[in-house]
Amino acid sequence: MTIVSSTPNNQEPKSLQPKGWLKYFSFSLDHKVIGIQYLVCGFLFYLIGGALASAIRIELTSPVSDFMPRDIYNQVLTLHGTIMIFLWIVPVVNGAFGNYLIPFYVGARDMAFPRLNAVAFWLIPPAGLMLISSYFITGAAESGWTAYPPLSITTPAAGQIIWILSVLLLGGSSIFGGINFIATILKLRRPNLKLMQLPMYCWAMLGTSILVVLSTPVLAGTLILLSFDIVAHTGFFNPTLGGNVIVYQHLFWFYSHPAVYIMVLPAFGLVSEVLPVHCRKPLFGYTTMVYSIMAIVVLGLVVWAHHMFTSGTPPWMRLFFTIATSFIAVPTGIKFFNWVATLWGGKISLNSAVLFSCGFIINFVLGGITGVALAQVPFDIHVHDTYFVVAHFHYIVYGGSVFVIFSSIYHWYPKFTGRMLDETLGRIHFVITFIGFNLCFAPQHWLGLNGMPRRVAEYDPQFAFVNQLSSVGALLMAISTLPFLWNVISSAFKGPKAGDNPWEALTPEWLTSSPPPVENWDGEAPLVVEPYGYGKKEDQQHSEVTDQSNDFEKTMQKK
Amino acid sequence: MTISSSVEKKSELEQPQPEEHGDHRLFGLIGFLIADGMTFAGFFAAYLTFKAVNPLLPDAIYELELPLPTLNTILLLVSSATFHRAGKALHQKNSKLCQQWLIITAGLGLAFLISQMFEYFTLPFGLTDNLYASTFYALTGFHGLHVTLGTLMILIVWWQARSPGGRITNENRFPLEAAELYWHFVDGIWVILFIILYLL
Ligand code: HEM
Ligand SMILES: [Cu+2]
Repeated sequence: MTIVSSTPNNQEPKSLQPKGWLKYFSFSLDHKVIGIQYLVCGFLFYLIGGALASAIRIELTSPVSDFMPRDIYNQVLTLHGTIMIFLWIVPVVNGAFGNYLIPFYVGARDMAFPRLNAVAFWLIPPAGLMLISSYFITGAAESGWTAYPPLSITTPAAGQIIWILSVLLLGGSSIFGGINFIATILKLRRPNLKLMQLPMYCWAMLGTSILVVLSTPVLAGTLILLSFDIVAHTGFFNPTLGGNVIVYQHLFWFYSHPAVYIMVLPAFGLVSEVLPVHCRKPLFGYTTMVYSIMAIVVLGLVVWAHHMFTSGTPPWMRLFFTIATSFIAVPTGIKFFNWVATLWGGKISLNSAVLFSCGFIINFVLGGITGVALAQVPFDIHVHDTYFVVAHFHYIVYGGSVFVIFSSIYHWYPKFTGRMLDETLGRIHFVITFIGFNLCFAPQHWLGLNGMPRRVAEYDPQFAFVNQLSSVGALLMAISTLPFLWNVISSAFKGPKAGDNPWEALTPEWLTSSPPPVENWDGEAPLVVEPYGYGKKEDQQHSEVTDQSNDFEKTMQKK
Repeated sequence: MTISSSVEKKSELEQPQPEEHGDHRLFGLIGFLIADGMTFAGFFAAYLTFKAVNPLLPDAIYELELPLPTLNTILLLVSSATFHRAGKALHQKNSKLCQQWLIITAGLGLAFLISQMFEYFTLPFGLTDNLYASTFYALTGFHGLHVTLGTLMILIVWWQARSPGGRITNENRFPLEAAELYWHFVDGIWVILFIILYLL
């Protein structure tokens, strides 16, 4: 790695912003503050979404609908899915870590459009509160996160309209964020920093943002049409008025399949940052990683109808979408092998961050395998709309993205706060989460294969035992949140001081104090042309970055 | 790893660097227009699919006349040219001329909106009459909303160019350029819309 000097320019009048904890409640323009705002706000919504998930699993411990009325069950299910996707995973893997890290990675002092950035964040809390309050005021939407017509047209209108409004706001926030990331990565790169020298998370965010900008507006347009159907009684998607529900499905999945990559590509990027640091090895196959990301972006836009194999899609369409979907497994597999190769032979410290990253790799492979299986029409026809699909996507969105979010919090918490998290609590968190997660979702494969449909409050009594097993897993997942919460809150006040660079990392966000100054670097932005140059000259490193390694040793000795 | 303050590289770095916080607003606007264009693309795709697979119900009326929309197309195309003239005038630092072209462009935009309204009131079908009627109003309405916003933007730019002290000058061209790009975009969308909705 070579660090050479550059001149600081770009002075934002950030000094006028409120100081201390108050800044987190202000319309701050500082990308680091906005990143934390996204993270904490997203986590609060995660807790609400998690409470709703617990309610669902409690209902499903018995084959009859006895815990809550069925329409309430539908509302809870809809809120759970919508909150987890639009208010937790998307804002956190994109907004939170993207805002915090991308300016560092490109050597800038802020995002390209700081004001737009703050607007994008502040759209989220009102949208989320609106969505949740609809449950208490009018009754929430009941048609699931997919809002398929004619269901969404015939269920109570008020809740559905509020759902549409809040998803539109969240989509807008996401588009603003996406434009900002693209501009920051392409336009704000510090001089002499080439694209192929950027940390992998930049590439992941570039790809994701392209998907956001291309696909989210289509969802917005579709939902506007849907709202006309509900409010003005037009018939776009209403068969009784000559409309066509399949068109809704096409438009919806044109957004929502890319949306799954919007949730998982940034997670790929984050894992690629965490692993090399803790294995003391360069990221394996940087170039192939970059091309895989771009291949996933392109392919991700042309596979949407694999969600519609049972919607009367014509044979040529089935064929095309099966093949295209199966192809996605290739770049995805490349990434998987690159992570394994990064771990291979590394000096791995099995701390909480690495544990969660490894958990991600394991879960993601399982979810990817079921994904490829689902892409095969003959198989999908049997298990579509069963618990098999529920298992598949939870292995990816929870086992993948959420595991990565936790891994990233363990990795970057010292950066955010200047303090270390407790390792023991972190490992306890990991073990309970990993067991709970697999106990909750692995049995659902069996349920789906044996014909239990998804989105039901009542089911055949023969499935009772396996459902109870799954609910025990859910209970463990709920419990696992407690050590984590205690850890992040207490460590913020009492955690051992981390020093500037406790992991001896080489990426630019660590080459400044922790937490960083308002302008990111007191002096010039470092030029990091080899962000993964670990292990090569480890001895040399120790002698040259003495102050940092001293800090590191001090922290280690305190334990 | 080597950390060097690299005296030898300094000369290279002291070259005028691209302003780190240079003006990327136009870049951002293009991103926004791509997103906006995708919304329209979604609508167009929906309309074309409807057309391909959903037959018109037996007694449904969906008849479009060509003269008015053709006039509208001409109005918008001419307005794109006049806006271009306004930008050129600004390049020549001729603020008066620039203002004139701007107000002409805004006038053309307004004429488009009035003529569109006129078409709405003379059409033999309403918003909820049938699938095609709904799609027609949704598409043209969404586009009309864009024209309305664009016309307002032109008026604001015109106002800024007029105000003494000149907020719009050849040095501060961004507001004018942004409005112009947006206006060309809206015109382009209209041409596609005209072809798909009226000619196909
Ligand atoms: C190897 C890559 C993948 C393949 C081949 C794949 C394939 C599929 C298929 C065919 C379905 C439809 C199943 C059905 O409804 O019958 C599906 C559903 C789903 N997948 Fe994947 N998938 C992959 C990766 C992902 C990723 C990365 C995510 C998320 C980050 C994801 C999230 C989902 C979700 C949320 C659903 C269910 C949507 C719903 O009906 O509510 N998948 N997947
Ligand atoms: Cu999909």
